[in-house]
Formats: sequence, C-alpha cells, structure tokens
Amino acid sequence: MAEKFRLEVVTPSRLVVSDEVDLVTAPGTDGDFGVMANHAPLLASLRIGRMTYYKDNETVNMAVSGGFCEVSNNRMTVLAEAAERSDEIDVERALRAKERAERRLQEAEAGREKIDIARAQAAMTRALTRLKIAGQEV
Amino acid sequence: MPSLRDIQLKIQGIKKTEQITKAMNMVAAAKLRGAQERMEQFRPYAEKFASVMGVLSGSANPNAFPLMEIRDVKKVLLLVVTSDRGLCGAFNANIINAAEKMAASLKEEGKEVAFACIGRKGASYFQRSEYEVLYSSVDIMGNVQMFNARQAGKEVSNLFLEGEVDQVQLVYGRFVNVVTQKPTLKQLLPIASEGLGEVEEEEESGEAKPVYIYEPSPEEILGTLMPLYINVQIMHSMLETVASEQAARMTAMDNASRACKDMIETLTLSYNKARQAAITSELMDIVGGAEALKG
Repeated sequence: MAEKFRLEVVTPSRLVVSDEVDLVTAPGTDGDFGVMANHAPLLASLRIGRMTYYKDNETVNMAVSGGFCEVSNNRMTVLAEAAERSDEIDVERALRAKERAERRLQEAEAGREKIDIARAQAAMTRALTRLKIAGQEV
Repeated sequence: MPSLRDIQLKIQGIKKTEQITKAMNMVAAAKLRGAQERMEQFRPYAEKFASVMGVLSGSANPNAFPLMEIRDVKKVLLLVVTSDRGLCGAFNANIINAAEKMAASLKEEGKEVAFACIGRKGASYFQRSEYEVLYSSVDIMGNVQMFNARQAGKEVSNLFLEGEVDQVQLVYGRFVNVVTQKPTLKQLLPIASEGLGEVEEEEESGEAKPVYIYEPSPEEILGTLMPLYINVQIMHSMLETVASEQAARMTAMDNASRACKDMIETLTLSYNKARQAAITSELMDIVGGAEALKG
C-alpha cells in the first residue's frame, strides 16, 4: 500500500502502540477524522470513543478516553488517559463499570443525594465504548 | 559488668534486627526498580504533554483562563507529597522541613498558609501543627494511580478557583539518583506561562515551528488540557516521591544493617572477654582449692 506514517499511543502508565500504519481514524471532539501519511500538522482533542488504525491488511480497534492527539512530521502522537486495544479490554471490569454507572444514574434520577451526573455519564460512555469495541452485545 | 547471659541475649536480639533490616533493604531495592520503571514509563507522556502545552500557550491567549489567573497573593496552599511509611531515614523529615521553612518565610511576608497533603507522614505531621490542612489523601503511595492524582488535582484546582487560595506550591521529594533525593518546590497554580514557553523554545530549536490546524480552537483545547496538566504534574511528583522513598529506605536500611554488624562485633568481643574472665576465676578457685587440700 501507499506511504506509511508513525503512530504512537501513549498513556501515563505505558506506551500502548508504536507502529507504522496506513490510516488512522480518531474520535475528535468535533467529529471523527482520518489521518494518512503527510497530513498537515494538527492538534485535536479527542472524545471517549473508538480509534481504528489500518496497517497493510490488518485493522486494529482501540478504545481511547480523555486525550488529544498531535500530528506533525509524518508522526501522530495520541496522548490519552486510557487506551486499550480491543483484545486487551477487560470485559468483566467494563461490565461492572457499566452496572455501577447505571445504578448511579438511576439514583441521580430519583433525586437522591448529590451525585456527579456528568461523571457518571462519562463512566457510562467509557464502559459502553469498551464493551462495543471488545465486540460485546450491549 | 553484665552477665554472660545478658550479653548473649543482646547479641541474639541484634541479630534478629539485622535480619529484618537486611530484608527491608532488599524489598526496598526491588520496589525501587519498579518505581523507577513507572517513572520512566510516565516520562514520554509528561514530556509530550508539556511540549503540546507549550505550543498551545503560544497560540492562545493565556490570560483568558482562570487556572492561569495571577492574583494578589493572600493565601498560599502548600501541597506536600510525602510517603505513607516511615523507616526511610530523614527522607520525610527533609520534605516536611522544606515545607515548613517555606511556610515560615511566607508568613513573614504576611501571607496566610494552608496545607494539602498526599501521603500519611506529611498529613499526620501537619494535622498536629498549627497550620490548617485543607485536603489530605493517605494510603495511596503504595500503588500510585492516575485517579489519585486526578482527585488531588480537582481538589486543589477547586480551592484555587473558588478563591480560597491564590497560589499553590508543590513540595515533593525529587529523585535525583539512588543516593540523592532532594526536597523540591514547584509552582502548580496559577499555571505559569513562562514555564510552558521554555519547553516550547527547546522544542523549536531544531526545526521550524509547524503551523497547526486546531480542532476545536486552541482556546478550547487549552481549556480541556489545563486541568489535565495539573494532574500530570501531581502524578509526576507522586511517582518521583515513591521512587525517592524506596531509594532513601534502601540507604537507611543498609546503614542500619551495618550498624547492627558493628554492634554484634563489639558485643561478641566483650562476651568473649567476660567468658575468659569467668574461666580464669574458676581456674583460680580450683587451683586455690587444690592447694588448700594439699596443705
């Protein structure tokens, strides 16, 4: 295939991906976008969602949350608070997180105590994204 | 003069202490390796983050952000990062001293001082002191996670944004190398734009500054990144403190083991002396008795 470029995905705890890839699609705050080789310098913040990269005939899905990315000099760096490849996702944990978030949202609806709704919703989105990317029925 | 039995008991006791300090030394060495590794792994993230912040603050108007607002300083919050456990030499005492010195000099300038503590040692010390402790988080240094930093970051940011404090200084044990740990002060809030600029210049020296496409606007990106930047800073200081703690403990326990060895040596010497004295006096008795019988 065509020219490749370098993709690096970094989280506070580890380097998740460092690879030469053909195409990356990322979930920007203002909508998904794709990056290919020789892209113009770009700084974009990311929302919680699915990031996909294509390499030769391989397609890898990832769940990212709380991050942003920088593209310059044929190099894309994604900085995220959490990022996992689809085969690394802990489904059990995501299911638990989903249940917890559901419970909190219900409690918030019932008007009980002060619950950080935004936070619960973010947790919900994170859990659902992980499950979806791991190929689970939600 | 202590009896033979006393000395023997003492030697046994010290031998047991030595075993413990030796074990702690080895455990600290193993943990230090882990802590250093985590620090290394965090570094690329922190560096990239800082350079992006530098690029951004160059193109957005930094004065528009509440986290960068420079106010008349009436009250300063010292965020002190210490370890949860003791037995690591003067490590925590050094950090606490540095923080107290800072507090005293601020007081002299007529500013109020409050504390926020991460780590049990600092927390319990400052809660007993005359100062006000606005936030403390203990028992997390064993396994530092990003959400610990996020929590602390949120707390101090809120204190700053609500106008409770006008400045936040970070005090932590910087890891210089295995034998040197240095209590270090760093300004956390308001975020200093000069500090960010420096990174940018270093970054630029090699190549021309690329013109970025921003999505969304640089202001918006900067707005979302700033709270994260605080977290990154706190996380960094926590990781450094953890590594420093283990390094300090390793040295302290090494010294303790050596002291034990010295003590055992001197005690063994006096034990042998006492034993010989006892034998001599017994011999004298026997000889004396035999002489008397002969007569």
